[in-house]
Parts: sequence; C-alpha cells; structure tokens
Amino acid sequence: MSDDMDMEDGGTIKKFMFVNRKAPYGTIYALEALEVVLISAAFEQDVSMAFVDDGVYQLMKGINSEGTELKNFSKTYRALDGYDIEKLYVEQESLEARGLTEDDLLVDVTVMSAAELAATMAEQDVVISH
Amino acid sequence: MLHIINKSPSERNSVEAALRLATKGSVVLLIEDAVYAATRGNTAAAKIQTAMADLKIYALKPDLETRGMADRVMDGVSLVDYAGFVDLVAEQPNCQSWL
Amino acid sequence: MKFGILVNEGPYTHQSSDSAFKFAQAAIAKGHEVTRVFFYHDGVNNATRLTVPPVDDRHVVNRWAELGEKHGVDLVVCIAAAQRRGLLDDNEAKRQGKDANNIHPAFRISGLGQLVEAGIQNDRLVTFGD
Repeated sequence: MSDDMDMEDGGTIKKFMFVNRKAPYGTIYALEALEVVLISAAFEQDVSMAFVDDGVYQLMKGINSEGTELKNFSKTYRALDGYDIEKLYVEQESLEARGLTEDDLLVDVTVMSAAELAATMAEQDVVISH
Repeated sequence: MLHIINKSPSERNSVEAALRLATKGSVVLLIEDAVYAATRGNTAAAKIQTAMADLKIYALKPDLETRGMADRVMDGVSLVDYAGFVDLVAEQPNCQSWL
Repeated sequence: MKFGILVNEGPYTHQSSDSAFKFAQAAIAKGHEVTRVFFYHDGVNNATRLTVPPVDDRHVVNRWAELGEKHGVDLVVCIAAAQRRGLLDDNEAKRQGKDANNIHPAFRISGLGQLVEAGIQNDRLVTFGD
C-alpha cells in the first residue's frame, strides 16, 4: 500500500469512527468494512469502531462457517488490537434488544449507553458506514 | 451533526436508530426511501413528531416528488433540493449516513 | 469547501449512485470542490465501461466519467472490491492473466487507503449506500 502513504496532509490527525450496523455473513458489508478499518491503521488517525443494532452480531463468539463455506473473518476482530485499534464501542441498548451481554462477544469492548455513544459520535471528524 | 437517512421506516430501523443516537440540536435529512418517514400517517410519524422538539428535520424534495409524496409532508419538516443538501453538509461539522 | 464522496452500491439497482452524483453536481455548482469519489462494495460496478442502459434512461457510468473529466474529480475504484466482482483495468487484467478489461478510462483502480485519505484531506466525507 506504499502509494497510499504519499500524503500531503502534514500529519493531520482526525477522529474516524467506523459505524457497523449490519449483521455479518448475510451481506459482505461487515467483512469489507473491516478491511477499511485495517487500512486506516496505517494512517495513524484516531480510529474507533461502533457496533450498533445488528452490527453487534459481528462480534459473536463461536462463529463456524464451515457449513456455508463463507469466509470466516471472526479472527480479524481479535487482530485489531495488534493494529492499535482499541476503541471498540458497543451500544448497550443494541445488546439488550438482542438478548446479549458483553460475555457473548469475542473481543474486549467498551459498552456504552445510547446517550454516551451519541455524544462520542457527535465529536468525530469523519464517520464512515457501510 | 447531520444524520442522513435513506431507508423507509417500515423496511429498516435506520430512522429509529438515527433518532436514538442523535444528540439534541442535531439535524436529520431524509433522502431516497426515507422520505416516506416525513409523510403524514406513516409508521414513524409519531416518532418524527416527537423528535422535532430536539432535532431539525429536513426531507429531500426531489425524492418526495419522485415518489408522489410531495403534498403529504408533515408540518414542521423542511424541504431542501440537492443544493440545500450540500448546504446542510457544509453547515454541520460532521455527518453520518445511516446505512 | 472540499468534499469527498463514498459510493457503496452499484448503478440502477440502488439510488445511491444517483444521489451521490446529484450531490456532487450540486456541490460543484455551488463553488465547492469534489476532490474524490471512492467506489466501494458493489459501488465498483459504477466503473464498468461495458454498461449499456436503454436509450431513454440516464447513463450512470458515462455521467460520472464526464463529471470527473470536466471538474477534475478523482474517480477511484477499490481494487480489492473490484477484483472480487470481476472488474479489471488493463494492467490488472494482464497481471491476472485475463483476456479482457472493463474499467472505464475515466476511473482508476487503487487501494482502500485512498478512501481513508479522502477522509483526512477533505472537509467532509459523505457516504451513499444501502
């Protein structure tokens, strides 16, 4: 990705939030969204991911896609830490509405109320959703 | 912040999600199939009505007209064209599309 | 003001590409600069030069190409998303041993870093999708 690194912005650091509201596997959005997040790590921006609505299903433990032959990208969420992407925000209301708790998720996350997440989202420079 | 929504409230929960996660004083723009949320008697009408106390709600006029809904817009919803859409993006410090 | 645009859906099936185009056109008409449109997910299908819509309909691909050429808008297609979906430029076709290419010359293929860069270098990044 060396051509992507030729930037003229002189070290601008912006707050990027990637908002995930779609369940994985039924569509490709979750997988391709994750690819953007991984690339963003190379730009040394202030990156966070928010998991809202069906997006929380992306983080389920115990995913096994052998039967469907879809590419299992669960382990990529575990690798985010290695890319210094540590701000993973999960909306409490979305978990509750799906009968889930933090224990059901495969990575360490920060669970936030809708009000907290709304305030965090409002202070971003760039919000990207898929 | 500008919240851009493009899905009908009877098909997806985007309108509901955006209203839940919009801070007071934010701006909401309904485009494409989300313009149905701006019309009288739709499934989200009561939610939109309540939200107007804290949020400014806009709908994209060309999308309403394209769907034959231009004369059914709820009181309190403001209409913009694409130039107005650009102005909203420019005026607000950031934007989120509720896909 | 400088705008970047992200288009996540293909032409004709979804309105996303039309909305993005109308937005870009209006922004330019108001004296703003649209520096880059990034095509991701099925949005890469906006770049195929083989599109043949009915004569009484808009030509989504040519319309983007003309806007790009007239106003210096950088039309970038995500290489990974494009390859998954069978969209190749001449270089990629040769590299992958394929017998044809289908990217319109007004578009260029590049990496996802170009999307992150569009978020960093523009005042606003607006997403259109499903």
